[in-house]
Amino acid sequence: MTNEQQFAASFAEIHPPLGRREALVEANRCLYCFDAPCTNACPTHIDVPGFIKKIASGNPGGSAMTILNANILGLSCARVCPVEVLCEGACVMHRYNQRPIEIGRLQRHAMDHFYGTGRRLPTAAAAKPGRVACIGAGPASLACAAMLRQLGFAVTIFDSRALAGGLNTYGVAEYKLRPSDSLQEVELVRALGVEFTLSAEIGGELRIKEMEEQFDIVFLGVGLGRTQPLGIPGEGLPGVVDALRFIADYKMHRGAPVGRRVVVIGAGNTAIDAATAALRLGGEEVHLLYRRSETEMPAFEFEYDLAKKEGVSFHWLTQPVAIHGSIQSPTKDNAAVESVECVRMELGPPDRRGRRQPQQVPGSNFRLACDMVIPSIGQSRLLDFLSQVRDIRLAGGGVEVDPATGQTSNPRYFAGGDCVNGGREVVDAVAEGKRAAAGIARSLEAMRG
Amino acid sequence: MADLTTRFAGIESPNPFWLASGPPSNCGDQVARAFDAGWGGAVWKTIGEPIVNVSSRYSSVDWNGLRMMGLNNIELITDRPIETNLREIAEVKKRYPKHAVIASLMVESRRESWHAIVRRTEDAGADGLELNFGCPHGMSERGMGSAVGQVPEYAKLIAEWVKEVARTPVLVKLTPNVADIRTIARAAKLGGADGLSAINTLNSITGVDLDTFTPRPDVGGQSSHGGYCGPAVKPIALHMVQQLAGDAQCGLPISGIGGISSWREAAEFLLLGCHSLQVCTAVMHYGYRIVEDMAEGLSNWMDEKGFRTLDDFRGLSLARVTEWKDLDLNYKIVARIHPELCIGCGLCYIACWDGAHQCIHIEGAGTPEQLLAQSRARLAQTPAVVAVDTARTPAARIPKVDEQECVGCNLCWLVCPVENCITMDRVDTGLAAESWAQRGAGL
Repeated sequence: MTNEQQFAASFAEIHPPLGRREALVEANRCLYCFDAPCTNACPTHIDVPGFIKKIASGNPGGSAMTILNANILGLSCARVCPVEVLCEGACVMHRYNQRPIEIGRLQRHAMDHFYGTGRRLPTAAAAKPGRVACIGAGPASLACAAMLRQLGFAVTIFDSRALAGGLNTYGVAEYKLRPSDSLQEVELVRALGVEFTLSAEIGGELRIKEMEEQFDIVFLGVGLGRTQPLGIPGEGLPGVVDALRFIADYKMHRGAPVGRRVVVIGAGNTAIDAATAALRLGGEEVHLLYRRSETEMPAFEFEYDLAKKEGVSFHWLTQPVAIHGSIQSPTKDNAAVESVECVRMELGPPDRRGRRQPQQVPGSNFRLACDMVIPSIGQSRLLDFLSQVRDIRLAGGGVEVDPATGQTSNPRYFAGGDCVNGGREVVDAVAEGKRAAAGIARSLEAMRG
Repeated sequence: MADLTTRFAGIESPNPFWLASGPPSNCGDQVARAFDAGWGGAVWKTIGEPIVNVSSRYSSVDWNGLRMMGLNNIELITDRPIETNLREIAEVKKRYPKHAVIASLMVESRRESWHAIVRRTEDAGADGLELNFGCPHGMSERGMGSAVGQVPEYAKLIAEWVKEVARTPVLVKLTPNVADIRTIARAAKLGGADGLSAINTLNSITGVDLDTFTPRPDVGGQSSHGGYCGPAVKPIALHMVQQLAGDAQCGLPISGIGGISSWREAAEFLLLGCHSLQVCTAVMHYGYRIVEDMAEGLSNWMDEKGFRTLDDFRGLSLARVTEWKDLDLNYKIVARIHPELCIGCGLCYIACWDGAHQCIHIEGAGTPEQLLAQSRARLAQTPAVVAVDTARTPAARIPKVDEQECVGCNLCWLVCPVENCITMDRVDTGLAAESWAQRGAGL
């Protein structure tokens, strides 16, 4: 087997596509609820029974349009949405003592059909005056830009990376979504007439001023920054690779060096993505450390189940305090991680928000041998950049917006996605991008009187 | 264990389940295998001067992913020589003396032809004859099948010719492709028939291929109307059987045919007065093996209801069919939704609003459009992730019936996917029973 074949086999899709017949049988199970709970559970409000019935009737093209009219990233959402807690979680079939309808896979069926036929979306009938810049090329900006463009406005998306798509391209576990899938969606948006300026320099006072001169409205869909530092000694050792960089590296290079014994720090969904990837890339043992207990774990239940099934070892109430290397000089190329020093934790009394705070158990330090450490304790806010934008209020580290319109305290700036909500699902970013687009359209029309 | 022994127009069989004349009873080997599987009788595939068939021959109507809700065929009568069929009838009768073997017959409308085929068939040992006056396709163009069964005089005349020589019971198989099936049944009775088989297939075109534009089944780019049967035709068959069984002028015993695929339909045909039951499409779909459940299910149901023999309940439902004008206008039922069973699908709600009488409501929404608008509005900002309660339907989603406005039409109950979630309950109107006929008479 070549490396490429090996990689493809290791990262085979966990939710393979439905066959045509399978899709028909599944679509026919749908009761076609009115004011359907699945639709109401979808942040982008996709008419789920509507698109499913179109699959059943043999109208997959119409089905795809129903999805895309509500959610331009219907392809990636079909694969990365935590459907268990969204549409499928709300399916009335649960109360019918049956399996919920496989909405995610049916949506994928319609989307695969759409992209398989190479169709494009209708473009705006007439151009409208108004220029919008979307900063960041992730889901929020793509959704915002697509909708504005369909309304007839001129939109340019800027991103510092070489490829558009944001985390959909760089940050989702390969067995869920591939960069090529994400890029298909980018191309769909580009075909609407949205301009892309990639590998762009974004920050800096001059650049921001320039942008304000060139554009009437700026949408901030910048997402979040790097993985937060652990703040412990040894963090700079070469064998320490933060989760997002690790994921982006193995996806872009279709493989990445991985240790024999890997320690992942954190228990969110990204930590699970990193842990399962480390196993698939050849790691023999993967240990996941979390300072709280199983019940407080932020990862979704099904992600946790997947990781357990794949053989990730979970260490609860365990906090790293130092990373030790074989050579205590992080500047040397041959330095290597040798172990993570941990301390046992116990949960103290609940704090004001009712969350039990972990406290160190004195003298419980121990070392966990390993040759690679992947910190994954959440992304930091892009405070440096955001503080450069005039008159933008931040709340809890995120951009403060009117939730109905996405407008910030500076009326020429709108925002949506992770930089507002602190890091949620792709579908939330799409919903916020859409809402901001509607808000921006109203603002532009008001500007022109 | 209930007794399923059947006596119908002088023909006896161990149970009422017979293969209807068609592909499953095409040859001796098939009929023998069917008897081994448990079938009580078989009406042989129609015998006559051998024909040449076309390919293809069948087409069907699928429904929501289920295959063959209705089946259509343009196959003609047997394509095997008369002597082959008769020799095999004799062999089967020898091996299965207690089973009923009825020969379905169709020949040109000449007295001598009918006399000849009747004599030869009876000599072969058939227990009875079924005159095929029903096939709506192909043979009718040649003056046979439904061409006979649509004209009372022809039906009577041929029945008379057959009865001139027949020594075994004569059944007339009726076509449903007439304005009133009773007129043909009465003619058959006048002609001397001993029993009726009903119904034969309905004229049909099952569909059109949306790529080739040729209706199905496709015979080299052309199609022709065929005979429709299978589960889809059961309601039509039940109605016609009820018309026949309830007709004093006809008064002949009936072998019920049309969409019988399990013991449930069998019981329904018996309750509307049938003596035996004929099955074809369900066997074509699943094979002879289905008879095991048919016999066992019917027997279990009879035990449960306390019926020992088929006679104990035959025709029991006939008295419950009246004319509309005799129905009680003061009988009232209303829909009741049982919230503990409601899964919140909203189907009763939208069915009542768009297809009935606008008396099922969701609290806080005036119309379905307002309800949808409210749901959309709720998503005007990113919602907090809340754990979904998959076990209980939120109270706000459970529709409520305005019993004052409810007309008791049954639609909500019919669309509700959950058994017993909606019940149609009687309410006392305080009024004595009164029919339209009575109301009219009082005016």
